[in-house]
Parts: sequence; C-alpha cells; structure tokens
Amino acid sequence: MKFTEEHEWLESDGDMVKVGITEYAAEQLGDIVFIELPDVGTSVTKGQEIVVIESVKAASDILAPLDGEITEINNAIVDDPSMVNNDPTGEAWFFKMSLKNQGELDGLMSEDEYKKHIE
Amino acid sequence: MTELKKTALYDLHRSLGAKAIPFAGYEMPVNYPLGIMKEHLYCRKSAGLFDVSHMGQLVISSNTQSMQFIASELEKLLPIDVLGLSEDRQRYGFLPNKEGGIIDDLMISNRGDHYFVVINASRKEIDFKYLRENISKEIDVDLIKTRALIAIQGPLSEKILSNLIGELSSLKYLDVKNFSYKGEMLWVSRSGYTGQDGFEISLPNSLCEVFCKNILNQDGIEPIGLGARDTLRLECGLCLYGQDLNETITPIEAGLKWAIQKVRRVGGEREGGFVGQKKILKQIEEHPHLKREAFFPDGKAPLRSGTKLFSDDKGKNEIGMITSGGYSPSLERPISMGYLNHNKFNVDEPIFGEVRNKFFSVTLTKLPFVPTSFKRN
Repeated sequence: MKFTEEHEWLESDGDMVKVGITEYAAEQLGDIVFIELPDVGTSVTKGQEIVVIESVKAASDILAPLDGEITEINNAIVDDPSMVNNDPTGEAWFFKMSLKNQGELDGLMSEDEYKKHIE
Repeated sequence: MTELKKTALYDLHRSLGAKAIPFAGYEMPVNYPLGIMKEHLYCRKSAGLFDVSHMGQLVISSNTQSMQFIASELEKLLPIDVLGLSEDRQRYGFLPNKEGGIIDDLMISNRGDHYFVVINASRKEIDFKYLRENISKEIDVDLIKTRALIAIQGPLSEKILSNLIGELSSLKYLDVKNFSYKGEMLWVSRSGYTGQDGFEISLPNSLCEVFCKNILNQDGIEPIGLGARDTLRLECGLCLYGQDLNETITPIEAGLKWAIQKVRRVGGEREGGFVGQKKILKQIEEHPHLKREAFFPDGKAPLRSGTKLFSDDKGKNEIGMITSGGYSPSLERPISMGYLNHNKFNVDEPIFGEVRNKFFSVTLTKLPFVPTSFKRN
C-alpha cells in the first residue's frame, strides 16, 4: 500500500490501483454523511478535485492522487457513507483507476513514511 | 493574530480528548472522542454537558433605582415585555437596531434585585457598549468575567443535576433559582438551546471544573461539543446569530413574532416605544415578503449556510438563501433553514439549492424538524 500527503491510500489491483482514504483522514473528517464519486471513464489529473465528502461538520474534497482514468467506483459507500468511518482501508475503497504512468506509484510514500508524515 | 481565550474548562476539555476549534475568539471543543453524531443522539436520549462559557453574562442593576425603572429602560431597547417578567422567570428576547435588524438575541431573567442576561459570544462587546450607551447612567451594566456558564440538556438532565444540588422537580421551563454548592452560589435556569428539557448554570470559574467532573461522574451523561450543539439547535429550528439572524434581518422575517408579547404590539398597553419599532410593528401587521423557512434537501447532499436558492435549476431566478444547514442525526437526512423572498417565488414552484455549480432540489417543510420537549408543566 502507498500513501499520499493528502491522506489517500493506493493499492495495486491487477492493472489498476484501488484508492481510498486513510484511517487518520476518516477520523479527522468525523461522521461522513455524503459522498459524490466521479463517473467511470473520467480522465483525471493529479491534484484535481474528484470526490466530494461531507461529514456532519463540513464538506471536503478528495484530489486525484495521480494522472489516469477512473475505471470503477464503489457505490456501496455512496449508499452508506458511514462505511468510510468503519473500514476506510478495506471495504470502503473509493474508486479504481488506471495510471497514465505506472511508475509514479513507486514515488508515493510507504506506510512508514506516511506514519511519520501524520505524526 | 490575537491569542484564543480559554474557558475555565479548558484543561478538562483537553483531558477528555476534545478536538478544539476557534470560535468567537475562544478555543472551544467542537467534539469529544464520541464524535458529533453519537454526541447528538446521546443528548437526545440521555443527557449532555456543554461548556457555553464563551457566551456573555450581563448583570443589570441599580443602586438608586427600582427594578421597575430598569425594566422600563430596557423596554426602550427590547420589544419584549420586561415589566411583566416575574421574579425568577426567564424570557427570550433581542436587541433591534433602528432599521429593525437584530443586534443580538438573548435570554433575560428577573432575579429580584437585578436582571441577568445571557448574550452571544461573538456579540458581547458590541451589546455591552450598546447597552452602556443607550441606557440610563443610573443603571449599572456589568459584563461578568468571573463566572462560567454550562448547560446540562436531555431527558436525564433533571435526575443527574438533582443528584448534586437537590430537588429540581418544582422548577419548570424558564424558571430560575439559586442553588448552593460547596459554599458557592449557582444560578440555575431550566432552559437551554437544544430544544430539549435541561438547565443552564452560571457558576464561579473556580468551581466550574470540579462541578463538571462531578456531573460527568454520574451515569447517563457525556460531554458534548459545539458540533452537536449546532445540529441539536438546528433540528429544533432555533436560530444561530451570525447565520440565521443579523443586523439586516428583522425578528418578524426571522419568525420570532411570538417573542414580542401583545402588550408591546399595536393596540397593546405599552405599544412600541422600542428601537426599531416602526419597521417591526409594521411587519407584524403586514407580513414581510422575506421569511425564514425550513427545507428538506431531496437528495443526500447537505445544503449548508450560504447556499443560494433558485426557482429553476439554471440559476436564473434567485429566491433566497440557506442560512443553516447540515445533517440531522435524529432524522438521518439533511435539513436546512433559510430565507425565501416571497415576492420572487410562488409556493407551487420548485426550489433548487446551488452547491459546487450543481442544482439540488429541495422541498419546503415546517419548523421544527424535531419537536421540542421542554418541561412546561
């Protein structure tokens, strides 16, 4: 599993990567009540706002971690946003994407590096 | 940037694991480890302890003049019945400006030899200055800084509080009474801002932490942060100053006509005579075109404060604005309130809120979203 400074995790899944948010991010957001995911087939560039998350407190965005295309979305978290608070790194993944440049994944943080980042 | 002020419960909040945010110049807990949703639901079914010490506490008294004189002076500023407020009773009110807008909303109690007034944190310096400049010099207005203010709210609040200070069943909604605790005086009112039964307690700063620790040692009570305080008051349709109320919105537009007793209205014994009377009395008779309303967003997306409302999904005919909105933990759906301009809108037209350049349909409904449960009898 790889991590971004924006508190997303990425995990290789065949030719794709699966993307979600970290436990730390879910805890910071608090009770999540609404999620809007991008359409499958959307081309995204790193840093683009592609997901809207609303907690009881406030709205926030999730940014595309790398360049690529959305290939699958997890509608289960749209139906039940609280899944993200309960199992952020498991069942509650957000979307899968194909990377424009597969090698960029290696440039992201390891779990140890991410743990230091949030300390 | 000025340093954030701390309440007497700052250390306790930290030890309870509160997440802190800046609010009206204070560092305040937005939630505790339980989180906003669970804190909200806990308060609705059991009881919650709130630190509201950031709010202003005013003592209005006179060494030379009677309570009747103070009440008459206050009635020149407030459109409510102050003279008719009995000893040890509390009442909601507001300070209008000359145009009928609201400088602040408040709770006022008659304490026999003085009036005790609780005002909003963000407005206390403004209110204090306004009162000082607009009231007889024979009246003393003190913004007291030596006392904290806490609220205990929810169905178990009477049982929990009575374990510490004694019998409370004779105290009804909006009654006020002093209680002694460890040799100090607590000023207790049966009121609050969650729409539920509960109490607000003014107590010396020095006593506050030990008192709250003893409250939290009881079964059935959890500390509740400002996050859940906001969702609790919104569910019951209570206004938040700075969002739902401000200097350009009148109490009539805000749906607060009920707080202006008949004795101060046209035809009443003490009709008018208060700041902003022209606009306010006229609006009582004529009904303003701007009106505070309740909305259910039809989808799952919360429509929050600042969301513009349109009668079309293209953003052409703007008809109003959401002033408070969020997720209702009790109803498990988003709720909003805000203002509609009835000159620009017909009730059979659809309503859309614009968020992130998208248009979400909403349905007009009635306040409160969740019924209140005050102990009136």
